[in-house]
Amino acid sequence: MNLYFKYLLILFKSQMQYRTSFWLLSIGQFFIPFSVFAGLYFLFERFGQIKGWNFFEVALCFAIIHMAFSLSECFARGFDTFSSLIIKGDFDRVLVRPRSTFLQVLGSKFEFTRIGRLAQSAIVLLWALNNLPIEWSLLKIVTLFFMITSGVLIFTGIYMLAATMCFWTVQGLEVANIFTDGGREMAQYPLNIYQKWVARIFTYVIPFGTVNYLPLLFILGKTNGNDLLYMLTPIAGSLFILPCFLVWQFGVRHYRSTGS
Amino acid sequence: MKVYASILKIRLLIGMQYRSAAWAGVATQFFWGFISIMVFEAFYEFAAVTPPISLRELITYIWLQQAFLAFIMLWFRDNELFDLITSGNIAYELCRPTDLYGFWYAKLLAQRLSSALLRCYPILILAFFLPKPYNLTLPPNVSTFILFVVTLLLGLLLLVAISMFLYISVFITLSPMGSLLVFGVLGEFFAGLIIPIPLMPLWLQKIAYVLPFRWTADFPFRVYSGHITQNDAVIGVFIQLGYLLGLLWLGKLALNSVLKRVVVQGG
Repeated sequence: MNLYFKYLLILFKSQMQYRTSFWLLSIGQFFIPFSVFAGLYFLFERFGQIKGWNFFEVALCFAIIHMAFSLSECFARGFDTFSSLIIKGDFDRVLVRPRSTFLQVLGSKFEFTRIGRLAQSAIVLLWALNNLPIEWSLLKIVTLFFMITSGVLIFTGIYMLAATMCFWTVQGLEVANIFTDGGREMAQYPLNIYQKWVARIFTYVIPFGTVNYLPLLFILGKTNGNDLLYMLTPIAGSLFILPCFLVWQFGVRHYRSTGS
Repeated sequence: MKVYASILKIRLLIGMQYRSAAWAGVATQFFWGFISIMVFEAFYEFAAVTPPISLRELITYIWLQQAFLAFIMLWFRDNELFDLITSGNIAYELCRPTDLYGFWYAKLLAQRLSSALLRCYPILILAFFLPKPYNLTLPPNVSTFILFVVTLLLGLLLLVAISMFLYISVFITLSPMGSLLVFGVLGEFFAGLIIPIPLMPLWLQKIAYVLPFRWTADFPFRVYSGHITQNDAVIGVFIQLGYLLGLLWLGKLALNSVLKRVVVQGG
């Protein structure tokens, strides 16, 4: 853990060397999801609701998934750009060091400019929370926190799976974008607006539903049945990263250097 | 003209090499299309008033948008050109005995064409054979289809003309990020890529109709589905032509003026 923070600090300092570029990129990151959000807002202005969900409820959903996404892009960037590590043969160096490969790859890159994206979703989150009649309790705050954390873990898990594939394909896989970018796009609406089979895949296979849809029902007081079950779903969702971790270990054992 | 044609041909062949990347792109776009259709379906299900564009037309709109993504995306860019400008290698380009604007224009056009040629068929064919509410339908009649092809190609030419400004602006700013952002975010929004233009609020529609961006994407797709009548489409073709000529002229002017002031950094 200590080592991880060292990596974090060093890379932060190095990115801060180009301060203007850093701020410009951050501002850019702020505006990209902004246009998507504007689109969402205009759709609600026209239609009023989507299958019984009103604007602020969906905005909350949107904010949570975008927050999780930007955090994971910031911290798990190392896995996202892993193919370059393989192509250059730099992974050999990682292997000879007496620390876990997971930690080193994770620490190989951070994208701090994603702070712009994070800020955008944080604003949306606050705006949505301000306009929703929620009776707050400690449990609900904890749940909200769990939702974001578990979202980060799921995105990280997908990055890891995609990175593991690089051990065999060498090239990075664009298909993984379906699950990261596509998953984000999809999970910004409550899952029950989709067809049953889509909702099922994204609850049981890739558990985005457990990150925001199910616990959201609890926070908004729309549940019927055991509240605790809904509250704990984000934790179940974060278990997704465990098999990813195993697959990663398996991949590392099958690694063959590209030389060069 | 012959020179540009051969540049176009060479670049097309280069672009066609990246077939596996294209397949991955197809899968992503297909998924993307599905998701957006389902979102709109959910919105439409309980719509209180009849929306200005029917779900059928909207689905066609979305599939065409996914299939011809390379024709309409502003951020689809050539980093090579940016590098040329920022690294000073532009000096080599200036030595060539061709007009720089035409040379780059042909290059960018070929990139988009090759990318779209690789990607559009699988998406279009699959979308045709999807089960009922999700499938892509044929245009109402032959003349509509011909109009669609004309407007789509004109739209492509127009888009490349718009994207030339992106590269020209880098001569001044030296960093592509800022212009990419402005062009990318605003251009995409006003081309109707985030939400279709008929679904925007009226005041925004007015802005979108004035800007050139919608003529590249929104217009041809709505011609296809018959949402824009044939008479309007013919008028639109002339507006497209007007914009195209105007932007080409402006772009050439702008490029020449920045080239006069260009400083090659050496190195």
